[in-house]
Amino acid sequence: MKRLLLLGLGLVALLVAPLGQGTYVTYLLCSWLTFGIAAMGLNLTLGYAGQISLAQASFMGIGAYVTALLTLAGWPWLAAMPLAVAACFLVGLALGFPALRVQGHFLAFVTLAFNTLFFLVARNEDGLTGGPYGLSGMPRPDFGLLDTAQQPAFYYFTLAVFLAAAVLLWGIVRSPWGRAFKGLRENPIRAESLGLDTRRITLMAFAIGSAYGGLAGALFSPLVQYVEPGSFAFAQSLRILLMVVVGGAGFFFAPMLGAAMVILLPEVLRFTEGYYLMIYAGAVIVLMVVCPEGLIGLGGRLRDRFQAPRPRGDLQEGARP
Amino acid sequence: MAEFLQVLFSGLATGSIYALAAIGFSLVWQAAQVVNFAQGEFVMLPAFFVLVALHWFGWPLWAALAFGLAVAVAVLGLLFKRLIVEPMLPAGGLPLIIATMALSILLKEGTKQFYGAEAQPFPSLFPQSTVRLGGAVVAWQDILNLAVSLAVVVALTLFLNRSRIGRMMQATAQNPAVAEILGVNTKRMVLYTFLINAALAAVASVLISPVYLAKFSNGETLGLVAFIAAIVGGFNQIRGALAGGLLIGVLDNLTATYVTTEYRAALPLVMLIVIILWRPQGLFGTAEGRQV
Amino acid sequence: MKRRQLFAVAAAGLLLAGPFRPAQAEDVVKIPCVCELSGAGAVSGTNYRDGAHIAVDEINAAGGILGRKIVMADMDTQTDPQISRALVQKAIDDGAYAIMGTVYSGSTIVNMMVAQQAGVPQFTGSEAPNITAKGNPYIFRTSSGAQKGVPALTAYFKDQLKVGKIAIAWVNNDFGKGGHDVFVKEMKRVGIDLVADVPSEQGQADFSADVAKIRQSGAQAVFVYLNEEEDARFLKEAKKQGLAVPLVGEVTLTGQKVIDLAGGAAEGAYAHVGLATSAPVPAIEAFVAKFKKRYGRDTDHNGIKGYIGVYAIKYATEMVGKFDRKALAEKLHGLTLDASKYPGMLLTTSWDKTGELSRESFMTEVKGGKQVVIGTVPAN
Repeated sequence: MKRLLLLGLGLVALLVAPLGQGTYVTYLLCSWLTFGIAAMGLNLTLGYAGQISLAQASFMGIGAYVTALLTLAGWPWLAAMPLAVAACFLVGLALGFPALRVQGHFLAFVTLAFNTLFFLVARNEDGLTGGPYGLSGMPRPDFGLLDTAQQPAFYYFTLAVFLAAAVLLWGIVRSPWGRAFKGLRENPIRAESLGLDTRRITLMAFAIGSAYGGLAGALFSPLVQYVEPGSFAFAQSLRILLMVVVGGAGFFFAPMLGAAMVILLPEVLRFTEGYYLMIYAGAVIVLMVVCPEGLIGLGGRLRDRFQAPRPRGDLQEGARP
Repeated sequence: MAEFLQVLFSGLATGSIYALAAIGFSLVWQAAQVVNFAQGEFVMLPAFFVLVALHWFGWPLWAALAFGLAVAVAVLGLLFKRLIVEPMLPAGGLPLIIATMALSILLKEGTKQFYGAEAQPFPSLFPQSTVRLGGAVVAWQDILNLAVSLAVVVALTLFLNRSRIGRMMQATAQNPAVAEILGVNTKRMVLYTFLINAALAAVASVLISPVYLAKFSNGETLGLVAFIAAIVGGFNQIRGALAGGLLIGVLDNLTATYVTTEYRAALPLVMLIVIILWRPQGLFGTAEGRQV
Repeated sequence: MKRRQLFAVAAAGLLLAGPFRPAQAEDVVKIPCVCELSGAGAVSGTNYRDGAHIAVDEINAAGGILGRKIVMADMDTQTDPQISRALVQKAIDDGAYAIMGTVYSGSTIVNMMVAQQAGVPQFTGSEAPNITAKGNPYIFRTSSGAQKGVPALTAYFKDQLKVGKIAIAWVNNDFGKGGHDVFVKEMKRVGIDLVADVPSEQGQADFSADVAKIRQSGAQAVFVYLNEEEDARFLKEAKKQGLAVPLVGEVTLTGQKVIDLAGGAAEGAYAHVGLATSAPVPAIEAFVAKFKKRYGRDTDHNGIKGYIGVYAIKYATEMVGKFDRKALAEKLHGLTLDASKYPGMLLTTSWDKTGELSRESFMTEVKGGKQVVIGTVPAN
């Protein structure tokens, strides 16, 4: 009951968040939700299936470019988006299939290379991608009743997509199939002996995570109305990874918290001028040293200190990396 | 032919510096299972320590170089190990990876804030003159860079294989538990590895900066190349990292000259993917066991 | 209570508490400077901002614009187009009358759409050709676009150097691509053979392959269109390999920064410069000295851009006679500000219907470790 109440409160907060705000704050909120979707996807790959992907930005890029090209060609967003998501899912399968053949962190290395290759292709193939100039002027979707050209309307559109994506992921994680992830992560040998095809499950987790990157890209394209290769470079993948780990990999809501930290905190720290990135980086190091579970883990620790110990609820839902 | 020799020599010189960064990278990986995403910044930073001694303290070049090396070993070796790696080892790989990423931002931004965003000229250690070799013009600087890098690698290999401490370091890397039982102070050995990594980074830094200029963002490319060189060569071998570095330096130049300039950066990446699929232990790596 | 939900709610609550909205004071005019104070463009952006602040202080000391003091807030885009877009939005939310910046073309091309939608005049330091080709009535340059700068060099290659074969070394980003495309078209137009077309990565360290390729191509001159550090690395490598043909650049190649970084290797390099800090024009010399006195370092052309941008806003606003963003933009289209009547412009400057700028420019050469003006190119 308490839980439902809190979820409801969170939802109300999200609904009223842009009211009375300037377009700048609304823009940041949209950006937060968009990156939140990408981070949720990476959380599935990383937090639940235990594989590091360093290419989430390139999946956002694929999603953004596909959406941009199709909507510029006159397709409605609702038709372009599924294609963008499907493209990322397929690329994820193709990339993950050989990489997961070998044990160890090879998916991390392959995705690292893939991200930079994607950047090079996006920059060099200017016939298709507009090269370093990128593509601009994508229309924002118009659903008749809701025209998202203006900032508040676009926020609610982003929020709707975000909530749908979150509910879907919740379903995936709760399904028997999703539970297999956790079994896999906590004890791969036992999972295997119980007859789980660990490789297939990991591969699907990576592909679905990548598809979420594509969905985020499909939103990014009409939000920024400009896509260029630099927005999807390797550094951006690191940023998304930072969101997941800072929030707390393996916790369902952690990516949202991490995305808020990464996108909104620099704004709060802006008054420190040139020092804010340093303060920010220093804070992340301290957080990782003090509490490797991320912010959610930190919250849990603080609470445990003041309350009598009780069973760790979070461990039942997907545990620490 | 002259053109081929030209890019070959330049590629070897550049590659030898990549190799220094890559070797430090794989040493640290073996000793502590740490993937150091700040390795590029470790190579960027010592040049600034030298510049501080030169321009702020007004020291002569040799003293400034010694200062740079000492500070690098203290900060990037000792402090890095004590303050960041050690407390995080129990938590395992991922948080530590994230911490080194944050460290890379911190070092980059710190350098920019305290020394400036502009690229800085860096004094050359070697004569600026050139020599003709079979139609190619080669700078003494390139030849000596290559020579110094190779000498450092040979010395390091000898140290690890012949000296008592070197062998204890190898034992620690291969099997810390057994080494501990045999009376090796494994903690100390791991620390030595970090110090050596910092020293290698400092050497790479002063060799590379006269040509590439000292700039806070230099580490971005360098770190990635070192990383790829280490994997391509084999994460568990010094000679692998050396070969990986040289290979990338040369192939990069050859690609740019004869195949494509737009996609020159793609070659090491394609190589990385092919090698992972075909020979995951790296070109020179061994499938089992680790060796410093 | 589940702590995850608790935190989600707490995060959302924080967002609600976040906004910062200062009251709009009536006796000031807000001209924020949105530019690259960190990241790859930090040098250019910082000079642009510092130049602009000199103009702001001078104008405020002399009574402001139409009696209102200028307030210039600095906003750092981190050389990130997305952030720059968000900051232009923020500047507009805060009630900007006009916006200074950004300098990097990749940022300007994104954020100018926001200023256009809101109808706020924007003064950019960018030089990519496509910026004034989008029909945006609110964008104004503070220096000529590459499509004007590069053709100014064509005559030099054809008549002065009389080359038949030429090579181009360019940085493969939006800045380099802009110059490259114009250059290729121009060479085709005048019948000069482009024998080597060598793109390089931003931040590239090793130029040996680039120079070897150009040396092998038999080019009689090289057009070097790179950023400053890459300029220096290219010049060093060219000297090392003994590339003995004229190296000609646009804007950056003969700048003081490049000379400092390249050491002796910059000697003899040429460049066409829209705004040369070494130009033999008393007003520019005075500005350069002012800059040096105030900040203790030398400015590049971006400092001048920022300075004249603020003065252009002042002069055009006073012509309009009130603070009207639309009228300001309309006034600037087709306007010529004569430097003798409007000293803050330093050089006589005109804007056309697209916001493109023209004024006389300079050919420069590096002699004795200094940028020296060797000729003047009339406004085109």
